[in-house]
Amino acid sequence: MNSPIDTAAAPEPQRTIDIVNRSLKRRYRAERRFRFYGLAAIVLSLMFLALLFVSIVAKGYSAFWQTSIRLPIVFDPAVIQQDTLVNADYAALVREALFKKFPQVDGRQDKRQLTALMSSGSVYRLRDMVLKDPDLVGRGAEVWLLADDDVDMLIKGHFRRDLPEAERRVSDKQIAWIEQLESEGRLERRFNTTFLSAGDSREPELAGVWGAVSGSFFTLLITLSLSFPIGVAAAVYLEEFARKNRWTDLIEVNINNLAAVPSIVFGLLGLAVFLNFFGLPRSAPLVGGLVLTLMTLPTIIIASRSALKAVPPSIREAALGVGASKMQMVVHHVLPLALPGMLTGTIIGMARALGESAPLLMIGMVAFIVDIPKGFTDSATVLPVQIYLWSDSPERAFVERTSAAIMVLLAFLVVMNAGAIILRKKFERRW
Amino acid sequence: MLTLTRVDETALAGTMTEIHLKAKGGTDAGRPRVSREKRETVGTVTVENPRMVCRNVNVYYGDKQAIKNVSIDIGCNEVLAMIGPSGCGKSTFIRCLNRMNDTIEGCRVTGDILLDGVNIHDKDVDVVPLRAQVGMVFQKPNPFPKSIYENVAYGPRIHGMARDKSELDAMVETSLKKAGLWEEVKDRMDQPGTGLSGGQQQRLCIARTIAVNPEIILMDEPCSALDPIATSVIEDLIFELRSQYSICIVTHSMQQAARVSQRTAYFHLGDLIEVGPTERIFTNPRHELTQDYITGRFG
Ligand SMILES: Nc1ncnc2c1ncn2[C@@H]1O[C@H](COP(=O)(O)OP(=O)(O)OP(=O)(O)O)[C@@H](O)[C@H]1O
Ligand SMILES: [Mg+2]
Repeated sequence: MNSPIDTAAAPEPQRTIDIVNRSLKRRYRAERRFRFYGLAAIVLSLMFLALLFVSIVAKGYSAFWQTSIRLPIVFDPAVIQQDTLVNADYAALVREALFKKFPQVDGRQDKRQLTALMSSGSVYRLRDMVLKDPDLVGRGAEVWLLADDDVDMLIKGHFRRDLPEAERRVSDKQIAWIEQLESEGRLERRFNTTFLSAGDSREPELAGVWGAVSGSFFTLLITLSLSFPIGVAAAVYLEEFARKNRWTDLIEVNINNLAAVPSIVFGLLGLAVFLNFFGLPRSAPLVGGLVLTLMTLPTIIIASRSALKAVPPSIREAALGVGASKMQMVVHHVLPLALPGMLTGTIIGMARALGESAPLLMIGMVAFIVDIPKGFTDSATVLPVQIYLWSDSPERAFVERTSAAIMVLLAFLVVMNAGAIILRKKFERRW
Repeated sequence: MLTLTRVDETALAGTMTEIHLKAKGGTDAGRPRVSREKRETVGTVTVENPRMVCRNVNVYYGDKQAIKNVSIDIGCNEVLAMIGPSGCGKSTFIRCLNRMNDTIEGCRVTGDILLDGVNIHDKDVDVVPLRAQVGMVFQKPNPFPKSIYENVAYGPRIHGMARDKSELDAMVETSLKKAGLWEEVKDRMDQPGTGLSGGQQQRLCIARTIAVNPEIILMDEPCSALDPIATSVIEDLIFELRSQYSICIVTHSMQQAARVSQRTAYFHLGDLIEVGPTERIFTNPRHELTQDYITGRFG
């Protein structure tokens, strides 16, 4: 065919390499462009993430340091022994110490202002000291006591000192006392253990996240221990055992729909079913966990099903081919291979549950609860609800606490996701 | 004794090739009598003492019929070779014999398949013992993503065939030796079976299948990825197994079919075209399609 005459008549047949070379530049350009878009998207989202973290940390880190005042407390037996050690009037001890420190203060008004420098929680600190060591009675000691949140805000620079006195929550006199204490080295910002160990409180300096963390823990424990086994069992049944027919199609559609139902609807369902019908206790992690189980189940089922679908059918054939029963095939071969995917889905569901507040509002987990929950039926609140409550509080000191609580929540999320990655790696290593 | 038989068969295969050549050359001696259009099975499908009996088997994938009214027996101590062009339904048919097609969504099998006189589709037939009895080597090597040892030990373990670890170890070793893989893997038994080469995986799957001592072994192109030496090891294995068991082997190598099998079945687009003693099929096919295939005019 390639005789010289033919070549002259017909147009020169093009070599593939020439065609390829011609389009090569365009192809590489498209590739570079795509890479650039991808990179830009990642950089942009990282920037937003960084912005979020920076603003939260910048607002919240100061909550981990709290102003304390060192006072020479005299554990006056006359005051303490008027009542039992538990009920004694420790506030009087604080007042006495303050008046001794500032002998020039006179008049009811001024005295009230002076005692207002100290947190009302100082009383509990002194009581605990005495209960722990009753020998203190009759002696004196220098004690670091929490300052009031207004003092703390002033020290942290959240209150401007140059405003007219009437517009300030801290009076000129109080500022003078604070400055005196500061110059004497009696005022210090110390690590705020209260924030990490206490429950909620009306007094910002006494409020902590531990109650909410415990509540979240109990709630998530219920959620995890119900939704993981139920979700995996449902997925395995639907994927491996159920015949594919109209019923399973219907179930599949409904599961997908449930995954898209707004979470508050699950809260209403929980209210109607668990509280009103079954009469379970209000505000309890038990009910919260049940509601969140309903919410996370579809997510876990969907993730588990796609993990099961991703297991090559040849593995199933191999197991069945040597005479494994269906159950053995699933347990020995399919589940180990699908587990990483199932775990990922579970963690995503749990992370969503940890951050969920709307459905819990419906079942009363939004109440103001001071006590730290000790079990599944105690009244409790959870971290996101706590954040919501604090962000709604008027006191300036709750602003930093809101951000700090968000930091705690994010820390838990990071820990959970890291756990998921570790688990996944562990199971994936078994080829 | 075994080797002797093998040499014999190989010699036989050699003669057959010569005969094909003659047939191709235009001798009228073995002219097929059945025309290309006919789809009824030519030859005797029955044997004297059948282990498995298939009657009027049809297989459908959804609406598509992949096997059309196939009837054939598999005798005791016999190797039945199945040949035919790609996509003609050999795998589909062989998978019916231990009900592997049950696992395929939308696959429907009709007709009777009897094992020792019992219909394997009967309600009270349990697939677990059926598959332990009718073992299968799949067309595509499919080792478990577990260690080499686990791959072979899995079958004996789930059936509780070994009393203790040492017995299990011995079973694994024998099976691997029979499949000709032992020397290559004996030092790496705890490494993943999926990390082996394609041919090694194929032999691992054979070892896994024979580890449970199935009485009927279905082999779907067991040597497709093997070199001649490994192939001859597997063929030796087939020889050995035949003394006790029945074997069904799908192969694209007509030399292999000639070497290992006593009877050969030729499939064409879902029809069983011709069955007969291997020697006769290769020397004197009666159906024109069979002749086209074995002489290389179709394929
Ligand atoms: N799972 C399936 N779903 C639908 N059709 C299928 C399926 N498996 C096989 N088939 C069809 O059935 C026919 C027979 O396939 P089969 O795998 O049995 O062929 P084969 O003879 O084994 O071919 P090969 O020699 O290439 O392995 C083919 O037309 C194929 O497309
Ligand atoms: Mg095939």
